[in-house]
Amino acid sequence: MSQAATASPPAARPAARRGNLGDTVFEWACRGAGVFVLLLIGAIIIELFIAGWPAFRIFGFAFITSTDWDPVQEVFGAGVSIYGTVVTSVMAIMLAVPIAFGIAFFLTELAPVWLRRPVGTAIELLAAVPSIIYGMWGFFVIAPAFAKHVQPWIIDNAGELPLVGFLFQGPPFGTGIFTAAFILAIMILPFIAATMRDVFEQVPPVYKESAYALGATTWEVMRGVVIPYTRISVVGSVMLGLGRALGETMAVTFVIGNANRISSSVFGPGNTIASLVALEFGESEIGTLRLASLLALGFILFVLSFIVLATSRWLLRPRLKA
Amino acid sequence: MSLSLAAGVVPGPRKDPAVAAALGRRRKRADAVIRLLCVAATLIGLVFLASILITLTTRGFEAMSLRVFTHTTAAPGSDGGLLNAIVGSLIQALLGTAIGTPIGILAGTYLAEYSQGSKFGNAVRFVSDILLSAPSILVGLFVYQILVLPFGGFSGWAGAVALAIIVIPVVIRTTEDMLQLIPNTLREAVIALGSPKWKMVVLVCWKAAMAGIITGVLLAVARVAGETAPLLFTSLGNNAWSTDLARPMASLPVTIYSFASSPFEDWIALAWAGALLITLGVLAINILARTLLRVSK
Repeated sequence: MSQAATASPPAARPAARRGNLGDTVFEWACRGAGVFVLLLIGAIIIELFIAGWPAFRIFGFAFITSTDWDPVQEVFGAGVSIYGTVVTSVMAIMLAVPIAFGIAFFLTELAPVWLRRPVGTAIELLAAVPSIIYGMWGFFVIAPAFAKHVQPWIIDNAGELPLVGFLFQGPPFGTGIFTAAFILAIMILPFIAATMRDVFEQVPPVYKESAYALGATTWEVMRGVVIPYTRISVVGSVMLGLGRALGETMAVTFVIGNANRISSSVFGPGNTIASLVALEFGESEIGTLRLASLLALGFILFVLSFIVLATSRWLLRPRLKA
Repeated sequence: MSLSLAAGVVPGPRKDPAVAAALGRRRKRADAVIRLLCVAATLIGLVFLASILITLTTRGFEAMSLRVFTHTTAAPGSDGGLLNAIVGSLIQALLGTAIGTPIGILAGTYLAEYSQGSKFGNAVRFVSDILLSAPSILVGLFVYQILVLPFGGFSGWAGAVALAIIVIPVVIRTTEDMLQLIPNTLREAVIALGSPKWKMVVLVCWKAAMAGIITGVLLAVARVAGETAPLLFTSLGNNAWSTDLARPMASLPVTIYSFASSPFEDWIALAWAGALLITLGVLAINILARTLLRVSK
């Protein structure tokens, strides 16, 4: 017994050291993977900037504001596609947020418990459908329907309005800015709805029960308790949807109409940064100014979505901590 | 007290039963209207999902045949299939997942087990969340810059690497979330037995979170299986049969994209068949992942 007791400490020490070695190796492997992720985003920013540098150098700051995009004359500007990106995304948000809010409200307060999971899952599956499918569906189903029924009706009824009428004039192509925004709205709908639902569920039940006990209706509880409690996170979930919409490529490429000009009507064709890059990349030769301009567009898109997504993250932070 | 409810005893419109009843009716009506609008919003969401699925199944099944799985893509009018695109997509998605998963699991483990609110850990979590929602087309441009330009052309490898970059943040997020669900008492019990920390993580925490981590990997596979934009500039697409990762490689989404935007009827029909395949695959993996998570809980 005593022999074993005296013999064991020296035997145990190498084992302990092996354990430490294993710990060191494993911790550094995990930390290394974290460093890799940081390096990855840094490398993406730097590579895109370097690749787009010829365009920034030649056109200067005017690259961002110029609305020329002329591959023949080698004059490039990001104005039209930045405009298209922002306008389609903002319109998509305006269409999607009320519906997403309704869905989140339905799923947290109104639906019977047995209905919540299947409906919630169905909405989440909408988020899993690949964007190329939205593009095809938009091009072959939504665009013809818009051209035949929806747009002529809006043009007839809203085209003559004072002040805002010009927004709704022009021929009903079916494709265009409005259709792109519509498809984008459907695509970001499940992201916003799911985040809002999670946010609403964070409200302590006691607060809601107190309001109900005072005789408040469901909507009054929503307006008076849930929304004030979650206001910041709700804005964060909207920003998350906006961030998704800005960089969406395939769905928009199918239905935007691909034109390098800004039309006053929301039914006119246009371009977004992502759709322009997707459409013109294949036609651009290596080393040309055109390719550099497309990569510079990529850099601008990265900066735009980084700002929006970082804001969203920051606003949703209280929820993430909980 | 009940006297005060009678009209005239205490002045003020809210004390008047008739006015109070009218106010109550208005509140109830507002509530009913909002409820109705919310149900309508949910129905709108479900209608879109149904419309997409119905369009896909009707047009997809029309074009579906054995030929789709046995022939490679061919010129319009010559009875081609999608075999090379299906195989190319499988290779790139699986390879991308294989590359991205270990990095994602390790980084997620770092966040859950080691970072403990450190600045570096928060930075990694922040960047990973940004990457999760960042435009995938930019990943394609990035990989074009670092792998396609310097190494002489489009390749299946470049496509797989682009997909791996998309896999990483998905796996990080689920791994961290799942590890954080494990109660600390379990960790303390393992450490109290004298185990080194890495054994605690690998043999206990990973094992306990296994179903969740697999769910994350499945969701990542589903996500990259449908990605088109990052492949446009990396693996490009290939109309011939090729499993050589050093050469351009076909993929289902890119083939769907080029076929659907062509003017040829039979190519468009094939695009619908491919769209049906990919959507069924992606939705099936999603449902499988969710079921797995629910069963294990």
